[in-house]
Amino acid sequence: MSKQQGNLVITGIIKIAGYSSIVFVTLILIFLLREGLPALGSVPISQLFSTIWYPIQGYFGILPLILGTLLVTLVAILIALPFGVCTAVYLSEIAPKWVKAVLKPVIEILAGIPSVVLGFIGILVFVPFIRTFFNLPTGLTGLTGAILLALIAIPTVVSIAEDALNTVPDSYRQAALALGVTRWQTIWGVTLPAAKTGVLTAVMLGVGRALGETMAVMMVTGNAPVMPTRLNSILMPLRTMTATIASEMGEVATGSTHYQVLFFIGIVLFLLSLAINVAASWVSMRQRQRSERILS
Amino acid sequence: MKKWFFFVLALSLLLTSCNAPTTVEGDSPAASSNAYITDMGSDTIVNLALAWAEAYQQVQPDLRISVTGGGSGVGITALINKTADIANASRQITSAEMDAAKKAGLNPQEIVIARDAIAVIVNPNNPVDQLTLEQLSGIYRGEINNWEEVGGDDRPIVRLSRETNSGTHVYFLESVVRLGNSKDTAIFSRDTLLLPSSEGIISEVRDNLNAIGYDGLGYVTSEVKKVAISSLDTPDNYVLPSAATVIDNTYVISRSLYMYTPNVPTGGVKTYIDWILSPPAQQIVQNLGFVPITSP
Repeated sequence: MSKQQGNLVITGIIKIAGYSSIVFVTLILIFLLREGLPALGSVPISQLFSTIWYPIQGYFGILPLILGTLLVTLVAILIALPFGVCTAVYLSEIAPKWVKAVLKPVIEILAGIPSVVLGFIGILVFVPFIRTFFNLPTGLTGLTGAILLALIAIPTVVSIAEDALNTVPDSYRQAALALGVTRWQTIWGVTLPAAKTGVLTAVMLGVGRALGETMAVMMVTGNAPVMPTRLNSILMPLRTMTATIASEMGEVATGSTHYQVLFFIGIVLFLLSLAINVAASWVSMRQRQRSERILS
Repeated sequence: MKKWFFFVLALSLLLTSCNAPTTVEGDSPAASSNAYITDMGSDTIVNLALAWAEAYQQVQPDLRISVTGGGSGVGITALINKTADIANASRQITSAEMDAAKKAGLNPQEIVIARDAIAVIVNPNNPVDQLTLEQLSGIYRGEINNWEEVGGDDRPIVRLSRETNSGTHVYFLESVVRLGNSKDTAIFSRDTLLLPSSEGIISEVRDNLNAIGYDGLGYVTSEVKKVAISSLDTPDNYVLPSAATVIDNTYVISRSLYMYTPNVPTGGVKTYIDWILSPPAQQIVQNLGFVPITSP
């Protein structure tokens, strides 16, 4: 084989690898649509978006599941955002080198802990704690799930936000310091705003991570398909879309209405994470265009 | 969790069977075609099925039996999809499943292999010792919401149940929530917590004074308290679940456990099932806290 042929083969392989992810996503989407869309034919839309989920008796209302997922994810990100961004700021702006050398790998280990293990810790530690702390009937609540999800999302938020902060040119910080402002004012007024896009992307990806998580949530949220309508619903059990698919998929007969509806839930999840990804890239694109305008 | 455990166990059984020298019995093709039996289904039965499979190794060292759990629905679905030789079920096959099996060219056979009592459990510190079947139904329908209404402390009731893919769930719905009335369309109160495993129910009842749950008698540990139940006919006669009260039919929440075969069993499967119904195998039933079909 000549050098040129070898070159061609290698580039070919790399190209295929590059395009394959597009192919996979498309195939997954097609599969989801093929299995899930017939649900719209078998269950009237008004029933599909009603409030009772009890599939073995023909109640296919997915609204409590959608709201359950949204509520848990929202609270999780409310916890993960300040924690994650502060950790990133500390790592990038304040921490001495040796602290950074210890902290970064530890956070990466946190990212690597299997969610089942976090679920165990949740059951043993957070569930009793939440019950006694808030004096609730049970500790298997949305909040318990949200705390675990925050733990899962934080490493994602930290590493991406920290990358964003690192790309802020040092001249910004030096200029700020030269004006005589304090370190805190530099971080709050200069560095963070300059890295806003990256931080927002970090949050979006953290949301995506929390949205798709299954095991830990299934273990600690109690899985009761109630409509989270009140303000304190987060302190009560709820059921997420992912937990529903995971716990019910094994049982259903292929092609049955229940099967179709579970795939339909898959489509809803897919669309939600698509929306989040689009939003994330839209945020970063818009920001770039603006800064390009200013520079030109 | 349990599912994974048994999956690993089944896998290790499978792997050890690879190491063993395979003996092919040329003279009996029926036996050799069944030298490997896949036994799948109910989580209630999985411990029992494993114990049987182990004991049967002494009787028939050449036969390999792989046992997995997952739920009654999972086992019957596997039977219909022809991936299981025996389906364990803690409920009878539904007419829909029967139709699907017939469509697949099968003629499922039902064998009663043991009996089981479903124990209603509460926290050991809960003063409630006994409930009528009607009160129990009221609790799970969501009509009784405070322990005070059934003679306990002034505390909210937290209802726990297995997931809907569990045969125990279906049995409890029909016999307790609906009191055996097939025309009744009542379902579990929507805030009933649906936990993915028996262990989840036991641990929440152990830790939470408000909780009530139910589980197969064989799974109930001494860390929780069994509640005496009275039947509809004799509401004043409260009975605790035990092998004796199941056999003399005084404990009401009891049921048969089944194995299903795709067709009339032949060869190795037939010998295995005949052995299961024999006194030594039924002794194992008793040892595991279930109730034998015949006195061993």
